[in-house]
Amino acid sequence: MVQTQPKQQPLYEGAEWTFKKLDLVFDAIEEIAKDELGLDVYPNQIEVITAEQMLDAYSGIGMPLMYNHWSFGKSFVRDEFYYRKGMRGLAYEIVINSSPCISYVMEENSMTMQALVIAHAAFGHNHFFKNNHLFRQWTDAEAILDYMHFARKYIGKCEERYGVEAVEELLDAAHALRENAVDRYSRPAKLSHEMERQRMEARQEHERTSYRDIWRTLPEKSKDEDEKTKSERQEQIIKKLGLPEANLLYFLEKHSPALQDWQREILRIVRNIAQYFYPQKQTKVMNEGCACFCHYFIMNSLFDKGLITEGSMLEFIDYHTRVVAQPDFDDPRWNGLNPYALGFAMMQDIYRICHSPTEEDRAWFPDIAGCGEGISVLKDAWANFRDESFILQFLSPKLIRDFRLFQIHDNSALPHLKVEAIHNEQGYRKIRSALAKSYTVSAMDLDIQVADVEFDGDRALTLRHMVHNDVPIEGKEAEEVMKRVAQLWGYDVGLYCEDAVNGKILATYDITLS
Amino acid sequence: MMHFIDRRLNPKGKSLTNRQRFIRRARTQIRKAVKEAINDGKVADVGHKGRISIPTKGLNEPRFRYDYSKGKHDRILPGNKEFSTGDQIKRPPKGGEGQGGKKASEEGEGEDSFQFSLSREEFLEVFFEDLELPDLIKTSLKEEVDFEKQRAGYVRSGSPSNMDLKRTMRHSLARRISMKRPGNDELDELRAEILALEAKGRKTQKLKDMQEKLELLENRRRFVPYIDPLDVRYKSFIKIPKPNTHAVMFCLMDVSGSMSEGMKDLAKRFFMLLHLFLSTQYERVELVFIRHTHLAKEVDEETFFYSRETGGTIVSSALEEMKTVLEDRYPQGEWNIYAAQASDGDNFASDREKCLGLMNEAILPFCQYFAYIEVMDEQELEIFKDEQNMTDLWRIYAQLTESFENFAMRRVVKPNDIFPVFKDLFSKEQAKKA
Repeated sequence: MVQTQPKQQPLYEGAEWTFKKLDLVFDAIEEIAKDELGLDVYPNQIEVITAEQMLDAYSGIGMPLMYNHWSFGKSFVRDEFYYRKGMRGLAYEIVINSSPCISYVMEENSMTMQALVIAHAAFGHNHFFKNNHLFRQWTDAEAILDYMHFARKYIGKCEERYGVEAVEELLDAAHALRENAVDRYSRPAKLSHEMERQRMEARQEHERTSYRDIWRTLPEKSKDEDEKTKSERQEQIIKKLGLPEANLLYFLEKHSPALQDWQREILRIVRNIAQYFYPQKQTKVMNEGCACFCHYFIMNSLFDKGLITEGSMLEFIDYHTRVVAQPDFDDPRWNGLNPYALGFAMMQDIYRICHSPTEEDRAWFPDIAGCGEGISVLKDAWANFRDESFILQFLSPKLIRDFRLFQIHDNSALPHLKVEAIHNEQGYRKIRSALAKSYTVSAMDLDIQVADVEFDGDRALTLRHMVHNDVPIEGKEAEEVMKRVAQLWGYDVGLYCEDAVNGKILATYDITLS
Repeated sequence: MMHFIDRRLNPKGKSLTNRQRFIRRARTQIRKAVKEAINDGKVADVGHKGRISIPTKGLNEPRFRYDYSKGKHDRILPGNKEFSTGDQIKRPPKGGEGQGGKKASEEGEGEDSFQFSLSREEFLEVFFEDLELPDLIKTSLKEEVDFEKQRAGYVRSGSPSNMDLKRTMRHSLARRISMKRPGNDELDELRAEILALEAKGRKTQKLKDMQEKLELLENRRRFVPYIDPLDVRYKSFIKIPKPNTHAVMFCLMDVSGSMSEGMKDLAKRFFMLLHLFLSTQYERVELVFIRHTHLAKEVDEETFFYSRETGGTIVSSALEEMKTVLEDRYPQGEWNIYAAQASDGDNFASDREKCLGLMNEAILPFCQYFAYIEVMDEQELEIFKDEQNMTDLWRIYAQLTESFENFAMRRVVKPNDIFPVFKDLFSKEQAKKA
């Protein structure tokens, strides 16, 4: 970083923080974030909380105003246990993708930690939330707090009216399908508290007045109906329902014959919240990379200006190094690729390529190498990519060498693992595309769809799992989930696993209600 | 300008509802775990270390997921040291810490048991579920009643310090509006206009009208005061008699030579359970320890359980001591009195009548509950299995069960018996019968 200004007085000394110091540091950080990095953020709202409140915030998957469910209590008691035993630390902050962007910082943090956390969350993550295209398309930062409020109130009301047990049973079933509740291909409608309420009323009205042809118990039979017209009818209905449908919860909400209105509404709530978290899953590396790059840049800039002391800087570097550490695969601490490490390294690397490229960089990244516009290249990447495409585009040979990445091919049918590629000229592209692939949606979520619904007979619902690369579904859990599907559908349900290549049926899981 | 919000004083325990729901959900498992903790002989820790480990069965949240142990995968790992393209590596043993280290994180989710901590209250609640004190409150609440002040709405009279301003002002406002009391603004405006007209010096009809109107309004203001005695409300407090919430628990134990350490341990466990149970029911529970051989003495807890003593066995000495303590320190009616006696059943034959007399007249009539626990080892149990073959004390006390409902006796042989016996004594049905 360029160092031109004369040194200034440090904004604070020592570990203790006060609100006055926080204000000073926030202003200094904001200046750097806006003038030097040109970040574009939602208004910030920073709240100081205690460790206990942090534990509370954990349990509602990081959302304030989460509705009540025992599973949140379960994660709460577990987190609390580990924390009290000293087996696990707490996050230093939690940041919420909302406008205003709410960051929770812990009372226990030292002043340097608070500065770091403000730079990391209130500017790094905040900028990412506001600018990344996935978040822009899929989430509605303005409305989420209102919507959570609505959801909590609505579910609370349902508990009063229909009993805690009934609501819990429904939520259990809905949660099992949480990961199969995302519209992958179409953008969701904007959320609004008022609109939700109106929509709910309209739905009730519609239920009252409309006549459901599909669920009539006695299908109308024309005299000359034969097998052919019957199958035609079936085809027509399937087409009308838009099958195959990958959003299982959506399908159940709209078409289950067994649900009441309030139950449909609760499925919708679970679905909407799952949808809200969908972009976070796809941008873990980028999001953390962006936040780490920002805090690293800002803290260094503060130090260069003389606004923080050397002691604070050392404390910061110590913490930062631990966060972005990547243990090797054979290290006892190995727990997968660390998104902070990979993300931060990639951001730094892009900046390096823009400002001091090597010959190799010029060959691999002709567009950006040596352009001297590191920050704007990064901001462009933050706005327009997701993990998968970001890695495919920007992972450089130098990073592959630095991390000494290698690719293992694991075929469970064979006794040995095979080293497919290492960090050499032949391996770079292979490793890059394989790594990118491991961040695709299909690598994380299973390909399961509603395939068929039987209307004339037993109303059975059939789901299909397309099996790719011979990786099967976990059987015991699949059976458990299917029981919950049956509970939501009200009639028999079945799941069959079909090999995507040869169409062979590999397994079936059927639940027959007697 | 950004400002920070201090939420530290906000109520914590936002997760309480979720936590309670989880505990309700895991109730069966937790109850089992609590029982095991007791059978393992950890009664001393009960309520202090509420660490519980329960199986995840029924608590897992299933979802569709991959079975990564099968099929074909490509993995990217960091930290290559010796591999080159095309190398064949032996598959690392499953779950082992082989050269491959731990497998990717997605696979590490198969948790078998689930550990967490229960708070003392939660633990005790599970622990004493379905148990109830017979005759919880003194049947005859005589003069010893405590009073508690409690809010009870609003009244029209009271002391000035209890005046409720908000309420009073609300009434005043309503009355002023309904009675059309002219406001300051209105009067000021009128006065200003009159002044303006007077300044012009001409006595017009308009001025006269306005002056009349002003007079009317001022009169009205006098009739409709800002605050009328009618408006004033006072907070009302009433005294509520509070049931007696003090209890005293007498622990009586035979420490003569015939009581082995094992037996004392059994007795101790029982006393502890009872104490714990009573502390969940009463605000304050005092403990009195009386041990006896042929002589009885009130001692502290440490001495009670751990100091050695030799001598004969005269049970009545302990009952006598209890009677004295009762008379001295725990006047009847002010205290809920509980007693638990542990003994191996030996007693001098000549002491029978005295015991019976004391129990009948001086102790049982004043006790909420008196539990007699006969501790013995397994061999003795064989001998005393036969109904005819009873210990001395058992024989005496058996006569009491008929006339006193607040008296119960049980035999305890091994630590595992303690909780069932305890549960049996205090189960809700038992309480109903009593």
